[in-house]
Amino acid sequence: MSPVHYVALSVILFVIGGVGVLVRRNAIVVFMCIELMLNACNLAFVAFASLHGNLDGQVIAFFVMVVAAAEVVVGLAILMAIYRARRSASVDDANLLKY
Amino acid sequence: MTTLTGTALADVARAQALTTVPATGALKLSWLLLALPLFGAVVLLVGGRRTDRWGHLLGCVLPVGAFVYGVIAFFTLLGDTSREQDQHLYTYILVGHFQANVSLLIDPLSICFVLLITGVGSLIIIYSVGYMAHDPGRRRFFGYLNLFVASMLLLVLADNYLVLYVGWEGVGLASYLLIGFWQDRNSAAVAAKKAFVVNRIGDAGLTLAIFLMFSEFGTVSFSGVFHQVPAGGNGVATALGFLLLLGACGKSAQVPLQSWLLDAMEGPTPVSALIHAATMVTAGVYLLVRSNAILAVSEDARIAIAVVGTVTLLFGGIIASAKDDIKKSLAGSTMSQIGYMTLGAGLGPEGYVFAIALLLAHGFYKAGLFLGAGSVIHAMDDEQNMRKFGGLARFLPITQVTFGLAYLAIIGIPPFSGFFAKDPIIEGDFTEHGTGGWILGICALIGAGLTAFYMTRMMLMTWYGKRRWAADAHPHESPAVMTWPMVILAIGSVGAGGFLIINDRLTKFLAPVVGVPPVSHGFLSTAGIVTLVLALAGVALGWVMYGRVPVPEVAPHGNPLVVAARKDLYGDTFNESVLMRPGQWGTRLSVYFDNRGVDGLVNSLAALIGGTSGRWRRLQTGFVRSYALSMFFGAAVLVALLLAVRL
Repeated sequence: MSPVHYVALSVILFVIGGVGVLVRRNAIVVFMCIELMLNACNLAFVAFASLHGNLDGQVIAFFVMVVAAAEVVVGLAILMAIYRARRSASVDDANLLKY
Repeated sequence: MTTLTGTALADVARAQALTTVPATGALKLSWLLLALPLFGAVVLLVGGRRTDRWGHLLGCVLPVGAFVYGVIAFFTLLGDTSREQDQHLYTYILVGHFQANVSLLIDPLSICFVLLITGVGSLIIIYSVGYMAHDPGRRRFFGYLNLFVASMLLLVLADNYLVLYVGWEGVGLASYLLIGFWQDRNSAAVAAKKAFVVNRIGDAGLTLAIFLMFSEFGTVSFSGVFHQVPAGGNGVATALGFLLLLGACGKSAQVPLQSWLLDAMEGPTPVSALIHAATMVTAGVYLLVRSNAILAVSEDARIAIAVVGTVTLLFGGIIASAKDDIKKSLAGSTMSQIGYMTLGAGLGPEGYVFAIALLLAHGFYKAGLFLGAGSVIHAMDDEQNMRKFGGLARFLPITQVTFGLAYLAIIGIPPFSGFFAKDPIIEGDFTEHGTGGWILGICALIGAGLTAFYMTRMMLMTWYGKRRWAADAHPHESPAVMTWPMVILAIGSVGAGGFLIINDRLTKFLAPVVGVPPVSHGFLSTAGIVTLVLALAGVALGWVMYGRVPVPEVAPHGNPLVVAARKDLYGDTFNESVLMRPGQWGTRLSVYFDNRGVDGLVNSLAALIGGTSGRWRRLQTGFVRSYALSMFFGAAVLVALLLAVRL
């Protein structure tokens, strides 16, 4: 089994996620793009695990999912708080912490 | 008298220094000498206005009490077998092997000074009751005078250099307070400060001398130092001699530290009489004579002392000849007379006794002259310019007679005091220090002529000739409380010198402390006759210039020497241009270096860091996406580097 296709898909998904994080202003979309990047990594982990025939990559994929879920809980809570305070979900509006 | 060499004398002095015994009998109470005036000073200065009404009386009674005790101590000492008695009061410092005691040394030399200080001091303090009668600060004045008397007595009674130094500084403080007594006058405040600062330079010399004694001999007591100094070698003794000379120069207004004395005349006249003529300014001479065991080892130090004295006696005489202010002229004269004493101290055993004799005689006649001048100033409504006097003899007869007797004493007419005391010093010059001694002797002779000239000038300008008074002047004789001290001082001026010198009374009395002069002086020796002739020539010159022709009310231009003498022979100009200005430049330079150099470096470093961080701060935009981009970029660089290393 060749991992090329899996890795190529993983790279495409990662780049889409990365570009989304950089260019989008809506915090929800940025979040989703981060999830996309995490899942692109998961895909690569699983593909290589299958290639090498051991379970390390798959275990790590589960870890990533758990961490991502926890992160989403905290992140969405912050997002809700910001939205209530400023009536906006744009990440550029939340720029008070600067020089 | 047998001729003794210098080393033999040192041996004698050392042997006698060892014979100091603990005080017995009446001398056990010698602490009273210090306690009485100190008590007065404390009561008057701490008591404040409550003591205003009777403060001056207390201020008189206590020094007189000290004088009475001094007389008792003197006769006790005369009748005692041991002439050097030490009264231990308490131990001041005790560290390891080093011990400094507060002990009072009562020996012939210190008792001479005790009698001078308390005797002449009491007379001047009594005189002050009249002189300061209308001054609102009279109580404070008497407090300071008592403080001075206590400090001066501590100075002369100390049995080691450390306690002597305490008294030395105490009289400096009292002098400062009294010169600046009229604090509202700017000139008085400046003069007081000047006296203090110039004295500090001399004090530094004495301090270093004490340090040197401690490091070389491990002791600062007179007996300890004098015992060890012959073994310490010539170098140490010379260094000590020069440092002590520096100290003496400051306190006794000798060249090059003479400039403060003329300005010190800003103080009330009794202060000038007591501190800046009779007692404090002679402390330098006391220090040198007391340290005779050190000077005995070092001939170089003795020569330096003699030269300083000679230069000063001419310096002071020239200044005194040109000043129109009666007190400043007397101040110049004081410098000159102390120059003679310093010269005497520089002659070694030949001169110590006569330096002290002149010092005691000078205490009488110069105090008499100053009190007379004070009486005139009092009568003329605080006028001090002699060109505004003239023809006063009829109006102040008692003052005139006492002043006249002191005048005859200072110019050295026999049989008055100055003749007996000064001539042996002049004569001694020609026998000591070889050819150089002849130069010193000729200078001292010229000084004697100068003395006669300026004193004659002062007499003629003040007492005789036409009246040149201010329009509203009503001169009157001073009250009895002022004239009696002058009368007593005049008696001293007449008799003191003869009493001390005839039959070698003072020589025999002081022999345990300063040794005996190698040759006995007859009266009217060659030098004595020449001195007398020169003095008469000075009187004649004075009469030709100020008696035969009327004295102009406005000072004429005068020749360059007169102009220079009016400006204190450019002493202040010299200090200003050589010491003060370079000092100011130095401070300005270091301030500039500090501001521009040290501060500049630190400030520019801080500005560099501040400016750079100010620019870098702009990187923190607050936009999440820019942070994300930098993270991506960083991660990409890391990956690229890892790949590059791997390949």
